[in-house]
Amino acid sequence: MSAEQAIFYFFSAVLVGAGAAVVTVRNPVHAALFLVLAFFTSAALWLLLEAEFLAVTLVLVYVGAVMVLFLFVVMMLDINLVPLREGFIRYLPVGVVVAVLMFVEMALVVGSSYFGLERFGSPPRHPADYSNTKELGGVLYTEYVYPFEIAAAVLVVAIIAAIALTLRRRPDSKRQDPARQVRVRREGRVRLVSLPAARRPAQGEGSSES
Amino acid sequence: MEAVASMAFQVPDMTPALPEIFVLTMACIILVVDVFLPERRRALTYLLSLATLAGAGILTLALHEAEPRVTFGGSFVADTMADVLKVFIYLVVATVFVYSRRYLAERGLFRGEFFTLGLFAVLGMMVMVSARSLLTLYLGLELLSLSLYAMVALQRDSARAAEAAMKYFVLGALASGILLYGMSVLYGVAGTLDLAELGAQLSGPAARDPALVYATVFVLVGLGFKLGAVPFHMWVPDIYHGSATAVTVFIGTAPKMAGFALLIRLLAEGMQGLHVHWGQLLIVLAVLSMAVGNVVAIAQRNLKRMLAYSAIAHAGYLLLGIVTGSAEGYAASMFYVIVYAIMSLGAFGMILLLSRQGFEADHLEDFKGLNERSPWLAFIMAVLMFSMAGIPPFLGFWAKFTVLQAVVRAELVWLAVVGVVFAIVGAYYYLRVVKLMYFDRPQGSAPLPAGGEARFLVSVNGLAVLLLGIYPTGLMALCAGSFAAGG
Repeated sequence: MSAEQAIFYFFSAVLVGAGAAVVTVRNPVHAALFLVLAFFTSAALWLLLEAEFLAVTLVLVYVGAVMVLFLFVVMMLDINLVPLREGFIRYLPVGVVVAVLMFVEMALVVGSSYFGLERFGSPPRHPADYSNTKELGGVLYTEYVYPFEIAAAVLVVAIIAAIALTLRRRPDSKRQDPARQVRVRREGRVRLVSLPAARRPAQGEGSSES
Repeated sequence: MEAVASMAFQVPDMTPALPEIFVLTMACIILVVDVFLPERRRALTYLLSLATLAGAGILTLALHEAEPRVTFGGSFVADTMADVLKVFIYLVVATVFVYSRRYLAERGLFRGEFFTLGLFAVLGMMVMVSARSLLTLYLGLELLSLSLYAMVALQRDSARAAEAAMKYFVLGALASGILLYGMSVLYGVAGTLDLAELGAQLSGPAARDPALVYATVFVLVGLGFKLGAVPFHMWVPDIYHGSATAVTVFIGTAPKMAGFALLIRLLAEGMQGLHVHWGQLLIVLAVLSMAVGNVVAIAQRNLKRMLAYSAIAHAGYLLLGIVTGSAEGYAASMFYVIVYAIMSLGAFGMILLLSRQGFEADHLEDFKGLNERSPWLAFIMAVLMFSMAGIPPFLGFWAKFTVLQAVVRAELVWLAVVGVVFAIVGAYYYLRVVKLMYFDRPQGSAPLPAGGEARFLVSVNGLAVLLLGIYPTGLMALCAGSFAAGG
């Protein structure tokens, strides 16, 4: 086994283990952390494939931004796990049978007999000055400009959906309007009322003007 | 095409994709314009959306050429099938917008998002219809699906709509994942995303690779979910029933045509060499869909649920044409899906038309004695129901006829017999609606809503089913022409 294969198997094992842990651990915060581990190991696998731009992006965007936000959300939500786990035992036998069947089928087909190195040789090595980022940049806005633009449209839809589903105008909610605050004039707030002077009561302790 | 082509890169010819570019631009403009509109001017959004669809239709027709035009490095194609389907998608979606206007306004849903999401869904369908690579096919599907999930969820105050949106989203994501996995294995074996190249590589002896059989199964499961074919149909009734009817009619019409294009692009163009594998699997899906859809629809008391099961049954008939693997069968399926979209548009449009503030006309009882209250609407509904049941001379008969004819030509006579038997079973629940309208006493005496332009369009819709049923050759020739060049 070459060093490369050893590294691949190590990271793959960690990835599969982390992936399984994401769906099995009880604590949602731990699940999110295992997802971070899964992202890191898949980034390592991409590095092995000389796709360093994707690897760096995965760590920066998914681990650095998406998962941090996700962790915040998970920590703030008070998730009651009991109803989520209801029926787990009841559906377990069926689930296990289906999962084992799928796994055996997949192992038979996606094994080395059909996807081994004899059929698909390892990709050619690139020289040290090869830049994956540059290559991606070369095709992303030329060859793949059409799918790229559709992906942008998908993101726009996601934004519209998120805003349309969460933004509610609540007329009764108190909120600040800086523009109105700045525009406030003295005349709008202070009203001078001239009251006729009243003679104090004889004892003169409490003031009656208000 | 070389991967390192940045130097020799030529700017792609964008003219074939002008309709897509137009719809995207207009959707973004409408999105921004709508934000600045006061509530009482909301009708402008609606009119701009209709204008967008009309403009896209004009562009598509003006740019149409008999020869397929490929651009964007082979990921986009505008051929006859794409142009015909696109024009019908614009027509159907524009009609949906007109039908739903009053319904939406009465329920506080007449918001700009309904129309912008609708236009993005139209864009997704256009991308699917014109896709020539696995990547664009999938992205178009996601653009369509995401817009639909959001449209279902727009009715925030309804617990049933929220449940439907959640189910739709989770099952849709699962289906996308399965489809994508199948596509990834296809890519792994063939090493190309281009559907034409894929079709060339997967023909001949290479098609016997077990990895391809495995990929086919995953692709078919994903497609089955998206089409709502049995046994992947569980979501259909709940989503049809749970969504606001205006959204149901959107989901139940135009996306079916995009789904047909998905089948054709993926199975007929990319995987024609694997027909031995997917043909057999599709037969199972088709027979189960016709059986379960038609039989379970009988038990429904809710018209939306009944039409949902009817959609499942119709998906079965749609698959019959694809099963044959011949150009004739594909053309028959295309005719079927266009006809189905027109018929279900009318049937859901009738529910929208009869609904009023705080009242949904989606129970079978609501149609009792419709003839006494409005003979004209009862007649239109009867035409639509006869057509869905496949009774001559209505359009639905020709749809079933051409599909079954293609099946018989492919020497699958037993399959055609099964199709006819379940069509007869299905006729029961369509004709029950007609019986309720003409032979039962009306339950309420509340006056029917006036309707206005929606009433006019429903009438046109119903009459189109009748007249096209008498002269079906034009539409049939259009579909046959889409596959004449060897598609």
